[in-house]
Amino acid sequence: MAVPVPSSVEPAQRTRLPGLRRALAPIADARGTTRTMLWLGVGITLAFILIALFAPLIAPYDFDTFQANGERFDQLEAPSTDHLMGTNVQSTDVLSRIIWGTQTELKVVLVSLFFSISIGVPLGLFAGYFGGKLDRALVLVMDALFVFPFLLLAIVIAFLLADKVGQGILSAAIAITVVYIPLYFRVVRNHTISIREEPFVEAARALGARPLTIIRKYVFFNVVQNVPPLATLNAADAILTLAALGFLGYGIQPTDGAEWGYDVNRAVSDAASGIWWTGLFPGLAIVLLVVGLTLLGEGLSETINPVLRKRPKAEADLSGSVAEAETP
Amino acid sequence: MTAVNSAKDDVLVSVRGLKTYYSLRGSFGQRLVGREAGHVKAVDDVSFDLYRGEVLGLVGESGSGKTTLGRTLLGLVPATEGSVSFEGADITRMSERELRVLRRSMQIVFQDPHASLNPAMTIEQSVGHPLTIHRIARGRELRQRVAEALETVGLAPAEQFLEKYPSDLSGGQKQRAVIARAIILNPLLLVADEPVSMLDMSVRAKILELMLYLKHEFGFTYLYITHDLATAKFFCDRIAILYLGRIVEMGPSAAIYEDPKHPYTKALLKAIPEPDPLRSVPRDLPRGEVPDAARPPLGCSFHPRCSAAFEVCGWESRDLRDLLEIRWARMAAAEYEAERATIGDIAALDQPATSFRVAAGNGRPGSEVLALLETIRGEMPDEPFWKGVRALTAADGYAEVELFPPVVPRLLPLGRAHVECHLYDAEALREADARQAARL
Amino acid sequence: MTADPVVSVRDLRVYYGTLRGTVRAVDRVSLEIGAGQVLGLVGESGCGKSTLGRGILGLLPEGAVSDGEVLYAGQNLVNMSPRELRRLRGPELGLIFQEPMTRLNPLMRIEEHFSETLKQHEPSLDDREIRRRSLETLGRMGIPPTRFRQYPHEFSGGMRQRIMIALALLLRPKLLIADEPTTSLDVIVEAQILSILADLRQSFGTALLLITHNLGIVAEACDRVAVMYAGQIVEEGTAREVFSEPAHPYTRELLRSTISLDTKELHSIPGAPPSLIEPPRGCRFHPRCPDAMQVCAVNPPVEQELDRDRRVLCWLHGPAEEVPEDGWSPLERQELAVAEEA
Repeated sequence: MAVPVPSSVEPAQRTRLPGLRRALAPIADARGTTRTMLWLGVGITLAFILIALFAPLIAPYDFDTFQANGERFDQLEAPSTDHLMGTNVQSTDVLSRIIWGTQTELKVVLVSLFFSISIGVPLGLFAGYFGGKLDRALVLVMDALFVFPFLLLAIVIAFLLADKVGQGILSAAIAITVVYIPLYFRVVRNHTISIREEPFVEAARALGARPLTIIRKYVFFNVVQNVPPLATLNAADAILTLAALGFLGYGIQPTDGAEWGYDVNRAVSDAASGIWWTGLFPGLAIVLLVVGLTLLGEGLSETINPVLRKRPKAEADLSGSVAEAETP
Repeated sequence: MTAVNSAKDDVLVSVRGLKTYYSLRGSFGQRLVGREAGHVKAVDDVSFDLYRGEVLGLVGESGSGKTTLGRTLLGLVPATEGSVSFEGADITRMSERELRVLRRSMQIVFQDPHASLNPAMTIEQSVGHPLTIHRIARGRELRQRVAEALETVGLAPAEQFLEKYPSDLSGGQKQRAVIARAIILNPLLLVADEPVSMLDMSVRAKILELMLYLKHEFGFTYLYITHDLATAKFFCDRIAILYLGRIVEMGPSAAIYEDPKHPYTKALLKAIPEPDPLRSVPRDLPRGEVPDAARPPLGCSFHPRCSAAFEVCGWESRDLRDLLEIRWARMAAAEYEAERATIGDIAALDQPATSFRVAAGNGRPGSEVLALLETIRGEMPDEPFWKGVRALTAADGYAEVELFPPVVPRLLPLGRAHVECHLYDAEALREADARQAARL
Repeated sequence: MTADPVVSVRDLRVYYGTLRGTVRAVDRVSLEIGAGQVLGLVGESGCGKSTLGRGILGLLPEGAVSDGEVLYAGQNLVNMSPRELRRLRGPELGLIFQEPMTRLNPLMRIEEHFSETLKQHEPSLDDREIRRRSLETLGRMGIPPTRFRQYPHEFSGGMRQRIMIALALLLRPKLLIADEPTTSLDVIVEAQILSILADLRQSFGTALLLITHNLGIVAEACDRVAVMYAGQIVEEGTAREVFSEPAHPYTRELLRSTISLDTKELHSIPGAPPSLIEPPRGCRFHPRCPDAMQVCAVNPPVEQELDRDRRVLCWLHGPAEEVPEDGWSPLERQELAVAEEA
């Protein structure tokens, strides 16, 4: 059905997901430091994602290759043409491990993020909307989890799961998932509670809508905009937690894949001998990815939060207001 | 004003003894019986009939309970006591599920057009949502009906509005969309809660005109909730004036506007700002503001502000405190300090009582307090409070104040209207005479 | 116009930037207020009256620029440094807002609000004098001394507004700007507050700029009235004259749209207020004006002084020399699409 474009009002966008488009509109409008943060964050994060995706193509070697053509690589060899970032104590190529490590980090973090959100957000919605005993019980559980320092909690869970699931990607992912569920729960619940009191939600009740419909159509869309900034900041934090787990030996096993934290751990003893490349590069990778995600997260949170958004200065000059009125 | 057909079987909604109390501590909507401390009596024993095709105005200021009353009528807020019969069925006894079915027949238009529409839904989705919820129409048919509703409320051509979001519309347009959503199911009853108070003056008339047109065209029955007697006069057939959860005056519009009886109604009418430059701000309005609904005044809730109050209206200790405060506000600091020292702790006056003590200041005799009260009476003899005093006596360290007990006002027929005011209650007047004679 | 005005605004412009363009919230506004006078600034939402009120005091949001003159005590406030402005605000220039609760600190007792204000601007006062002044000002507002030590939340809306007014008057400012001071209050309380404001001229000699959308308030409480539309003042004069014989069609239509107890039939103004980013060419009201002429769509009107005391911005009142030959014929406005209706 054709929609005639009215003269005085802006044409509405006819796209597949008009709601999504509107939600993302503020991003295109970002200015100033926010804009810089946003695009820098996107750039860095995207770079890492591409590295992870194309790891098999980019990485010169596998993450645990310690020899080529039958010849074992030198141990702790300084950066050279063969090994751009040098080798570590196990004769594996540092650069390759960084690249494969990117895949590991992002895999684990994305999986755990997915589960954290899938569990935390619905729980938050229901607890917030219905209140009562369900809400109180959940808040109690979530607050208890929240009180624990993330890292400690992750270690405990990874430790407990070590017997059942075995150490590795899965247990690390589960540990991180559990640790971050309370975060989404809390934010979504609080926002739901405030939306619940809005006139349009009451209007929905007055129309005869069922609670599920109200939650789906009226509450969810207005609350979900909080999730992306939270998720990116969450991802940044999760990377650190994963690396810390790896550093402490509770994370990914070296046979499963490369992991930056583990590498840093191994590199600690090298530092005393003046060998810098084994620790610097994994460390830099961690810092860079976390910074990228954080910039993205902060940028998103500023664009989505209208209070923090800055108004552009009145660029148009004061002159010419009278003249303008005369020109067509 | 057209005479309203008041045949009994033309009653759409019948409200009897409705009470909606909010508990201050616990959860919303517990069923409570009796008056206990710690409750807000938002709606306090209200009864009336709403006839088919008429517009009944519920007029009151904030705290009057009008909004709660509207919502209780729709079942959005649970009633504490009493009944609301909609086409014979008592909705206060219905479950949420049964109510949902009934919601097709009664709808509400809210006050704030900017907050009544879901910002995440297009106009088509919002206005069509009732059809979706009640599974009445989908797809093309839904779109058709939405377009019709939009055209009816003046949002034409409808295609221009279907894909828009609320933030693309002006206040008046949003309110029209809200009305479209409310009428799309052809309800029997429309509750309009301050539908124009947040709109500009030049837009109000348009929305009111629309509502009138809808009434004539579709025969809707309206419950028009507002604080603005000016728009109510234009729109309503009958008006009920609410104060602190009770109806204090009710009758046909003509009666209310031409011949208001209750002092509060008169005050409301006088206070409306008129764009007539020969008028200046009215000076003889009741003092004070609507009191806290959690601790209403005894007897008639309006008596602390009423210049015509007399012996039976419900005098209590808090009225004396008010009197003292008014007096002291006018005094210079030094004088006030001196007088204040005569009286001890006045916090006791905050507990409503008809017989109470006014403690004397440190070490002072009660006679000084008595003297002060008598002085005040001498200086402010026209204060209605004094009519409520039966006896003032001095004792050791305090003065004893005895007031006449309150008489609860009754809603009685008077001419074309009903009024709840002792001034028109023959029994109360007789009692007052008796008390006057009995005053010591 | 007014002998020795307290504040004289000349050609004030306040623009601020948005993503869609520059909003000309105040576009060449001039007005004057004399001591003890009450000027009502009336207009509908979006006409720029709040921005004007704040612009006079220099309280503009970030990203706003202003130009023109606001002469107070011989100085131009528009170009003053923020620090100097801050010194003036309080003792010389006062502002009352619409929502008093948001302006009072919920953690401070009323007593503390008052002593803080006084100490800041008149440090030489001792505690007794502070108390005396505070109680006296509060007393005039009907707030009893027994409640001096209570917290803001213990007061009702109307009382909080009185406290706000008392705070604003504490330092005896020469100019007080009240921005919709009664909009959130009930009608009886509103009348109480208005009588307080109207009495200010007698008790304090303060000049008052009362900003509101309610014509009734202006008629009852103001000496003079300025009608604002789309960032401009379209008519100004004594309340009596403007209300009994409005010169500008907008004023006339606005009066007719106001619903009062005497209203016999409903009246509204077709269309909606224009965007302040791209106001209509010529006279900004012409698309909605029932008396629009050809010239109105092309040339912006020139301000005319009707009397010693009256001015209007409308081609209906000339100047005749500046209207072209065919400019006088009525304008054929297109039927306003209902989509443009408010």
